[in-house]
Parts: sequence; structure tokens; C-alpha cells
Amino acid sequence: MITVEQRAEFRKHFRYNVSRRLVTDKIIKGVVFGCVVITIIPLGSILLEVFRNGASALSIEFLTQVPGAVGEAGGGIGPAIQGTLLLVGMSSLIGVPIGVLGGIFLSEFGNNRLGKTIRFFNDVLAEFPTIVIGLFAFIMIVLVFGTFSILAGMFALSIIMLPIITRTTEEALKLVPISYREAGYALGIKRWTIIMRIILSSAKSGLVTGIMLSVARIGGETAPLIFTILGSSQFFSGFDQPMDALPLRIWRLSLLPYDTAAAQGWGAALVLILIVLALNIGVRYVFLRKHGRSLHVRITGGG
Amino acid sequence: MKPIVLKRGSPIFDKVFKIGAAVAATYVLAIIVLIVFQLSTGSYPIWTKEGIYFLTGSDWNSEQDREIYGAAPYVMGTFVTAGLAMVIGVPISIGIAMFLAELAPSFLRSPLSFIIELLAAVPSVIYGLWGLFVFRLYLKDWIETPLNNAFGNNVWFFSGTPFGLDIFTASIVLAIMIIPTISSISREIMLAVPNSQREAAYMLGATKFEVFKLAVIPYSKSGLIGASILGLGRAVGETMAVTMLIGNATGPNAFPVSLFQPGQTMSSIIANEFSEATQGGLHIAALIGVGLILFIVAIVINIAAHLLVARVIKSHEGAVLA
Amino acid sequence: MSSYENMEGHYMSELQEADKMETVTKSPIKHSSTEDVKYKLIAENIVASYDGVVAVKNVNMKFRDKAVTALIGPSGCGKTTFLRCLNRMHELTKNAKLTGRVLLDGEDLYSNEQDPIINRRKIGMVFQKPNPFPTMSIYDNVAAGLKLNGLRDKSIIEQIVKGCLEMVYLWDEVKDDLKKPGMSLSGGQQQRLCIARALAIQPEVLLMDEPASALDPIATQKIEEMITELKKEYTIIIVTHNMQQAVRVSDYTGFMYLGDLIEFGETKQIFENPRNEITAKYVQGQFG
Repeated sequence: MITVEQRAEFRKHFRYNVSRRLVTDKIIKGVVFGCVVITIIPLGSILLEVFRNGASALSIEFLTQVPGAVGEAGGGIGPAIQGTLLLVGMSSLIGVPIGVLGGIFLSEFGNNRLGKTIRFFNDVLAEFPTIVIGLFAFIMIVLVFGTFSILAGMFALSIIMLPIITRTTEEALKLVPISYREAGYALGIKRWTIIMRIILSSAKSGLVTGIMLSVARIGGETAPLIFTILGSSQFFSGFDQPMDALPLRIWRLSLLPYDTAAAQGWGAALVLILIVLALNIGVRYVFLRKHGRSLHVRITGGG
Repeated sequence: MKPIVLKRGSPIFDKVFKIGAAVAATYVLAIIVLIVFQLSTGSYPIWTKEGIYFLTGSDWNSEQDREIYGAAPYVMGTFVTAGLAMVIGVPISIGIAMFLAELAPSFLRSPLSFIIELLAAVPSVIYGLWGLFVFRLYLKDWIETPLNNAFGNNVWFFSGTPFGLDIFTASIVLAIMIIPTISSISREIMLAVPNSQREAAYMLGATKFEVFKLAVIPYSKSGLIGASILGLGRAVGETMAVTMLIGNATGPNAFPVSLFQPGQTMSSIIANEFSEATQGGLHIAALIGVGLILFIVAIVINIAAHLLVARVIKSHEGAVLA
Repeated sequence: MSSYENMEGHYMSELQEADKMETVTKSPIKHSSTEDVKYKLIAENIVASYDGVVAVKNVNMKFRDKAVTALIGPSGCGKTTFLRCLNRMHELTKNAKLTGRVLLDGEDLYSNEQDPIINRRKIGMVFQKPNPFPTMSIYDNVAAGLKLNGLRDKSIIEQIVKGCLEMVYLWDEVKDDLKKPGMSLSGGQQQRLCIARALAIQPEVLLMDEPASALDPIATQKIEEMITELKKEYTIIIVTHNMQQAVRVSDYTGFMYLGDLIEFGETKQIFENPRNEITAKYVQGQFG
């Protein structure tokens, strides 16, 4: 038993160091806050520069015309915008059904070894270097068919968006209360009907969130497009033909040594960032309003 | 919800549906296997021609009759840029996570997290554009030139006249790009530490930072490492921003020696040289070979990271994440 | 930096003063009258709320030295919130507000002169569920508070660790392997480890928030025996929902209901002869 007197004795050896500890605490708080500030500054700078430099390039012609001669003012990014919209839309036609079905499988039938394996590799695929996926599409489609084409681009982008949709679908379905499913079974309804009619409609906002997020992601991807759609100065001319897209055009413009090219690059960047930001912000409010919290999925920007 | 007229549904369709869903789910596995297969066969010519030199050699020439391909400088370039990005990015990410998890007043938490998520949403090519026309000029004038003037002759990694398109710039921008990933996972992991742990530390008379050191860090250590490795995976696979900022060096000159000299990574060499490579030739096979090496490196890193993070989160019943 | 040294000196003399105060229970200091001489800890006009809900509505209590005081009452009566006010843990809760004073040997723990971290160390606390630090060994768990408060001398740390583990009846069970992780112990042992950790920082008062509610009867019994021994040298305040436990273990009991202190007195009197009607109903088990 440590007596009162012994305690007093022991306490004499406590050096406390209170002021030093409080000062350290304050310094750390400052450093940590500094980290936050350091991170926000680049974001502010990027948005500022894109808006500042890109706004002056914007005009109806810019948004609708084909590119002009290299190095000269005039011309626009019409094909690039069309290409991005087409690519994203068509890739979704492939990626969304497969992804949603896969997500359904994982959430309804996936609590087993196979499900765990699929989930694991799904997450691994989600973080693949997208340039490798582009190479893959090059080998599988471009080399086989002999031309660079929008088809190859669709293939590549659908692979990139697939894991994201699978994951968000699974998450959204998991949020639907089990009681919905149980009610269905109790009524004697077959499983696929239950899933398709009851559960999917309850999980609608979560699914839409996932689709919007993955669209924002693939809209910004450049690397997989380099050796699939190749880029072009013309509007869409066939699924077996090369095509332009916003991120690709931005990159190509940045390589040119002309000021006019740079100005157009900023303009294209402004259009792209507006699309991406609109989707991300929209998603946050759509899902937040329905569920009161964010869907916990990590979506990282294009590579 | 409008009342739905529900038919009982046929049992056969149920089976078909289940199989269909299973097929869709396994599509992922099929794709991964196919990728490995195609990359291997596509790069086969370069492995037979160069053998191990492809991994160890540094000469890189695509001119016909003088073709030689050694990818070592690019592998090194990837590791050096990713490593530097980690050295800068991980501490800042942990700091942000600590702020969001432990210190921030509640009205700040949501907006700040959102802003950081926005950083993750910006496309890589725009990071590259911004870096190319804006950021590298600041880096050149404020950091690179002074360091080069002061230490360039003595310190080998500050040597060479800086133009801003070099390993340093690419690494800094890469760090900015991986911070959202690492910090958001780290924050989730820190939030998963039960409050009872913090209370025990407070009871002993600890300051806020000491509570963090005593109760939060030991509990979340392996998860934080997992989050960092995920960031590393992202840094390794990153292409466009790096391509636009690293300066496009090839051959032995591409070896990352000085921070202020141009370099090259595995992803950037593929992006940079693709348009020159004639189809079906050895050059293409070499680029595909680089892609294969990149693929293996990235997949190993990502698998390691996921195993770590999954183990931590499962044991602590944390937020639902990868 | 002279201002730094001044701060250090200021804190050191404060602490030395405080140390003297912690042990002296005989001489009256500041606002205590000669009546309050036997009281180690006095809570005056404690009003505490969190998230807008007032959990403790103006409670006054006096705790005698070297005795066990139990706080009983139905769920939600505010006893745990009140307990946490005694060692400045309540202010860590979200949107917490508190008014009142807590006098330890006559010195107000809520005075603005000192940072809370100093006053928290003076009162040890044990929580409902055992919460040892999972990455630390048994030894390191007990020593954690010592290292924090600047004790460097290894031999003294060892002395304290041994003494505290003996006081909680854990020493014989773990002495051969102090490097074992703290989590490898059973639930009851973990809780005793947490008590040892709290005692290690040499507090005069020990607060216990339903310490045995998560434990089996045998482990509970061990803890109750331990409390009966400890009170010879410590002031112990224990919140419990188990009335039999209060009877077994405590000398004084306070009954709280809906944030008010309804009745306070010797345990025997509270349970055998309650003066208040609500108290009577509660101790007879008519509500719970």
C-alpha cells in the first residue's frame, strides 16, 4: 500500500514540465494548421489560373469550331468537347451495366470467398496506372482492328470506370435496410424481382452518385487516350476513326510553343474543370441531402 | 413510392440473374488476367532481344540499326519521384488528418474535407498545365535557382542550371496530388480510434498533442502506413502531370542524379515516345515492356497497401472503405 | 528566454504549493470552514450540461478523506456527468458547459490560473469498460502517466509500478512477465491494470465510473476487496448502478435523480432509513 506520505515523496520526483509541454502543444497545433494551409493554396492557385487564363479564350466559336492552323489564333475545341461527351457516354454504356451487376452480385451474393477475392481485385484495378490500361486497349483493339479508334478509347475508359461503379453500387445497396428484402421474401417474390424493383429503386441516389463520380473521373483521364483515340482535328467520323477529347487536346496544346496554343489550352482546361467540378459538387449535394452523410468512397482524379 | 405491381417472377430467371451477376463480377478478374497476358506477349520481343539488360541497362536509342533499350533510368526515375513525393506528402497528409480528426472545430470539418476532396478531383493534365505555366516558374525562381547558386557546386543533387522542368518540380506536384488520398484515409483511421483511449490519456494529464501521441498514433500506426503506401501506388502510376513537368530526358542522362535536371519515369517515357514508335516494331515492344514493369510495381504496392488498410479497418470497425 | 523561465518558475512554485495542499488535510485553507476540515474534495454548485441538455442541476457534495462515497441513481440521473466534473473531464465532451467549483484540499480545480492538464493529474479515473493502451505492455501501461509527467528515474518508476500493481492485487499474477501486452489479460485483470495506471500518477482521489459493470462476479468481488483496502489511504468516489455493491463497499452514499442530489448521508442510513420518499422508492427497487 502506497501511503499518503509515500505519495508525497513520489510526487517530488515529478518534473511536470508543464510550460514546455504546453508550448510544444501550441507549436504542433500551428504546424498542423500550416499543413492545411499549404494544401489549400495550390488548389486556390489552380482554380484561379484556370479561370483567369481560360475565361478570355471562351467564346461560342471556341466551343464549337474545329482547331485552326497550328500557331494561329482562331479555331476551337469543338471536336474535343464532342469527343469527351461521346467517349464518356459510350463508355458508360459498357461500364455501368457490368459495374452495377457486379455490385449487385457483391452485395447480395458476395459474402463468401469468391466475393472477397473479387472485391479485393476490384479495388486493386481501381488504382491501376491508367496508362497501362491504355496500352492494354491499344493491344486488344487498335492492333487487332488496325486503326486508332473511339472504340479503343471506350474500351479503356470502361475498364477504368468499372471498379468505381462496382464499389459504389455495392455500398449503395448495402445501405438499403434488410427489412426491405425480408418483406419481399415474405411475400414470396423471387429474388431478382426484389433486387431489380425494390432495392435498386431505394438505392437510386447512391447509384447515381457512383455513376457521376466515375464519369467525372474518366472525363479527366488523358493517358489511356494517347494510344487509343490518338486525337484528331475533326468531328466524329465513325467508331473506327480517331477522335479528339478535352484532356488530350489540352496536353497536345501544351506541347506547342505558341502563346495562342497555350491560351486555347487554358480555355479547354476551364471547360474540363467546370464539368468535373460540377459533377463532384453535384454529387455531394444529391447524396448528402438524401442520406445526410457522404458516400464513403475514395475517387481519385485522372492520371 | 408508387405502388408497384409485383409479379412473382419465374424461378429460372432468378438463376439466370444470379449467374449474370456473377459473370459481371468476375469480369474484373478476367480483365486483370488478360492485361498480364497481353502485356507479356506484347513485350516478348524486347525480352528476347535485350534480356536482363532491359532492366539494368540505361542506353535508349530507337533509331533503326542502332536500337538498344535499357529501362533502368526510368524505373529509377519512378522510384525517385514517387519517393520524394512521399517524403513531402506523407507528413503533410498526416498533419491534415490530425487537424481534421482531432483539432478542427466542427463547423470547419465538412468544408475542409470537401476542399481536399476537390484537390483529388482535378484531372492530372490540369495539374500538368498549371505546373508548366505557373508553378514551375515560382519553384525555379524561389527555390531552385537560390539552392543551385548556393550549393550547386558542392551538393550533387542541387547541380545543373534549373529551368523548372525537372525531377524536383515533378515530385512536388506529385506530392500535392497524393495528399488528398493519404490524408482522407488517414483521417478515417484516426477517427476510428475509440474515444475511451483518448480519455485514458487525458486522465493522466496529457496535452492534446500528447493524447495524440499516446492514444491515437499507436492505435492507427499500421493503418497510416497502409494509407501512405496507397499514396505511393498513386504516385507510381501517375502519368500526365509527371510527363508534362519532368523534362523528357532519355538514356543515361535520364538517371535521377540531380533534382534540377530533367528526368523520366516509366509512365512518362511511354507517354512521351508513343507517337514516335512505329507500330509492331521493337520500339513499341520496349514501351509495352516498360508498361509491364510499371504494372508489376504498381500492383505489388497496391496489394500490400490494401492488405494493411483492410486489416486495420476490419479490426477496428471503422468507416466503410476499401 | 527569460519569459519561458518565468513561466517554468511560476508553474514550479504553483506545483510545489499544490503538492503541499494535496497531502495536508488538517489546516483549513481559503474558503473552507473548520467544519469542512475532514473533507478532501468539495463540489460546490455544480451545474453541468452538454449539447444544451442540463445533466447536473446545481449539486453540492462533500467527500470525506480515506472513505468511499458511492453515487447511485437510475440511468440518466447525471451521476456519471457529475463524476466527470470532479476531474475536469466533462469539458472534453462536445458542447459542454459547466459552472461551479471543485475544491481539492481547499484549492479550486477550476480556477483559471492553471491549465487543466495539471489538475487532471491530481485525480485518477477508472472507466466503465477497461481501456488499457493496446500497443503497450503491462509495465508500460502503468508507467505511461509517469513518463508523461516527467519522471525519469528508472528505479522510482519500477518502485511505483510494483507498488501500484500490488495495490490492485495484480502483482503476483503478472510479475513474471511484465512485458506481456496489456491486452493479453482477462477483462477483470485489464480493469485492475487500468486502476493501477490511474494510481501510478499518485493522486489523492480516485474516481470510478461503474468499474465492475462489465465484469463477471468473481472479478467484481476482487475489485470490491481492493476498494476496501485502498480506502485506508485514498479518497474514493464510485458511481454504481448496483445497490448491493454500494452497500458492500461504501461509507457514504449520494442518491441522484434527474440531475439533482436528492439525498446524501451514511450508506447505512440511506439504505435502511432513507429520509426522502424518492430515495426510499429507489433503494427498495421500485424503479431503476
